[in-house]
Amino acid sequence: MAKRSAPEVNAGSMADIAFLLLIFFLVTTTIETDTGLNRRLPPIDDQEVEPPVIRQKNIFTVLINGKNQLMVEEELMELKDLRKAAVEFLDNGGGTGDEACTYCKGKKDPKSSDNPDKAIISLKNERETKYGMYISVQNELVAAYNQLRDRRATELYGISLKEMEANYNDVNWIGNKETLKEKIDRIKVEYPQKLSEVQ
Amino acid sequence: MAKFNKKKSGELPAISTASLPDIVFMLLFFFMVATTMRETTLKIENKLPFADQVEKLDKKDLIMYIYIGKPQEAFQGQYGTESRIQLNDKFAELVDIKSFIASERASKREELVPFLTVALKVDENANMGLVSDVKQELRKENALKINYTTKKGDISENR
Repeated sequence: MAKRSAPEVNAGSMADIAFLLLIFFLVTTTIETDTGLNRRLPPIDDQEVEPPVIRQKNIFTVLINGKNQLMVEEELMELKDLRKAAVEFLDNGGGTGDEACTYCKGKKDPKSSDNPDKAIISLKNERETKYGMYISVQNELVAAYNQLRDRRATELYGISLKEMEANYNDVNWIGNKETLKEKIDRIKVEYPQKLSEVQ
Repeated sequence: MAKFNKKKSGELPAISTASLPDIVFMLLFFFMVATTMRETTLKIENKLPFADQVEKLDKKDLIMYIYIGKPQEAFQGQYGTESRIQLNDKFAELVDIKSFIASERASKREELVPFLTVALKVDENANMGLVSDVKQELRKENALKINYTTKKGDISENR
């Protein structure tokens, strides 16, 4: 018998099939956003606890009204100035004696906060406030904390907090993770995030 | 000699398209791997706000999603134009959050329950009133870890 060679399959339409699949996936899938601002809600206390006395100068009030206007410490403010104002308040370090803040670089204004541990940012919004505005304000306040923490971290260890946290979460990072954790915790203790929301 | 034909000048050789399928398959695999299918069908408008101090959410399986926003046009006749809550595939009321959290917790292994995070995917035009109510409801359920899902970008793009 004559040797018959198998006929070659035409692969020319392969590209078309692949394109079809590709377009299907392009259309049906969406890249999910999985980034965001992490927050922790305060737990509901059943028992009546006497609220601790906080001096007015240690509270930084931020109010967003229904028309998306911002009022900070009884004065109208633009969103772009909020970060700077928050940093100034947190880093003021106006306390004396036990309450003095050795690492603050602020103005040491006796009328503003004593130290970052005492300083509380109080955020209040109305029901008509737009969510976008609320997130902008949250973002600016978190940015103020991050800025101060980063500055302190660079000062102490010559590396920003973000990098330290990235290293901590990196499995391949070579170094002592326990001391790194202590360092991170120290910065978080020096500039604790005290952001309270009024219901 | 007749045996050697002179090459015709000016004619380009055809480019081989044999590797085209390979290239396209490569793209296809990239998209298949990089994208995740949406698990729920959105019935609301969900244009997330922007923020630049974002943290990445890891452990996708430990996240409960709550969507808030204006119903899409197809549902506006039935549900109006006010912001609504969507849990899984359907519109929900505030009271449904309780059972939603309970069922999500029941579906996870017990030791993982404390790590559950609630991701609030809220449309940037929603009012804070509804969001505050949801937050209050979450506090009652002791689901305290929350995440405001935002896109990475500058806050000046909000509005």
